[in-house]
Amino acid sequence: MMNRTRSHMLKFFEKGMRFDGRKLDEFREVSVEYGISKNAEGSARVKFGDTEVMAGIKMSVEKPYPDTPGEGNLMVGVELSPMSSPDFETGPPSSGAVELARVVDRGIRESKAMDTKQLCIEKGVKVWSTAIDIVTINADGNLIDASALAAFAALKEAKMPHYDADAGAVDYKKKTSKPLPLSKVPIAVTVYKVGNYCIVDPTSEEEDVADARLTVTSHGGKINALQKGGNYPLSIEDIEKMVSLSMKKAQELERYL
Amino acid sequence: MDKNSDKRTDGRKPEELRPISARVGIIRKADGSAMFRIGDTIAYAAVYGPRELYPKFMQDPTKGILRCRYNMMPFSGSGDRVRPGPSRRSTEISLVTEKALLPVLNLEEFPNAVLDVFIDLPQTDAGTRCAGICAASMALADAGIFMRDMVSAVAVGMVNGRLLADLSYEEESTEGEVSDMPVAFTPKTGELTLLQLDGGVTKTELIKALELGRKVCREIYSVQKATLKEKYSGESGEED
Repeated sequence: MMNRTRSHMLKFFEKGMRFDGRKLDEFREVSVEYGISKNAEGSARVKFGDTEVMAGIKMSVEKPYPDTPGEGNLMVGVELSPMSSPDFETGPPSSGAVELARVVDRGIRESKAMDTKQLCIEKGVKVWSTAIDIVTINADGNLIDASALAAFAALKEAKMPHYDADAGAVDYKKKTSKPLPLSKVPIAVTVYKVGNYCIVDPTSEEEDVADARLTVTSHGGKINALQKGGNYPLSIEDIEKMVSLSMKKAQELERYL
Repeated sequence: MDKNSDKRTDGRKPEELRPISARVGIIRKADGSAMFRIGDTIAYAAVYGPRELYPKFMQDPTKGILRCRYNMMPFSGSGDRVRPGPSRRSTEISLVTEKALLPVLNLEEFPNAVLDVFIDLPQTDAGTRCAGICAASMALADAGIFMRDMVSAVAVGMVNGRLLADLSYEEESTEGEVSDMPVAFTPKTGELTLLQLDGGVTKTELIKALELGRKVCREIYSVQKATLKEKYSGESGEED
């Protein structure tokens, strides 16, 4: 069954076309909606066609990690909600969810998009901790790119809550007008390889028959994070092609933020 | 809140619900789905199944089982981040949600199978379990599951001696005597499928509150019904 879908799909790809009429390097309709959850410090919904994810930011004051006493903490969590696909189940995060969260995390962390030094309140004692949580609503492929975009959109929209130093507690009711210290815009674009073809923004049907994928998180011509996935190998030539395509699409995607 | 004035802190009358909006068929991967919003509380529900139940020893050859999961998104609450994964609170709410929906379903129709209902809340402001039940009931209907009736739910309560419908978070956390009573009704028969109470009321107050609950649940029901009708009248034959 899978093979039949795949060979049929490859015939389409040969003509430079996909089942839904898109070109191989074309995204579905992209939408970014800000402020979808008023209790979060920042939030966003991203849709790529039928794929929909939400991301929200919660900030708290915590002890810094011992290796970075003068920097704020950053954490990315992903829930592949069983609501969003018949393939996802309840229970602790699957390896897929953990990988997804870590890929998003690395993109933000390694690009130094957020100046975590500015999120230090008292070195070694108290720092702001930024938790980015991503929840899938409808999982129809390309969750990595959608999640990364939603995470960054939520960060961009976030306003710091008020820290009451006397009480030693965060007053969530008092949002300040202070945004998070962001400087760059890391964008993740995953390129999928199916046979000899490279595509972006796959539907879940396309994802299911892909051989390999490469997620490239880049900003301003610099690659900050990479993740190869899938069961088949990639040649250096493949990677060169995939990185170029990814970086080109990243520029397009950035415009939605 | 001024005891002598009719108005509540958000300007509502005692029996007035917060603004409600609803949609169905919003999650294409699901067999049925719905969004139900009341005030600032937003619930999404998705239904999968009836589908095969694993592990196999849980299967019941005489009837299917209903499995509900209530989940607040980590960023949905007004205070700290909600830790992902089940808590004692969410486990109990999942259970009472299941019991609230069971009476309208005919699980004998699908032996050995499971009907999964997932409720996720991206934004909360009191009345989350009730909003979840309203969304779930619409999602079940959207999935084409046979139902004897809808289920409509709301929290009613007493705040410093005043009987109020659909408490807001502000009212729930008012200083003084607050009783919070989430209820669910099957609108056609007027029976209760969910009843919980936190607080302190007399028997007379309880009955009055339940009657108010039944009355306002009919308003919720009309929104649920209109939303479902709208989907299935406009675009007949587009899906399934």
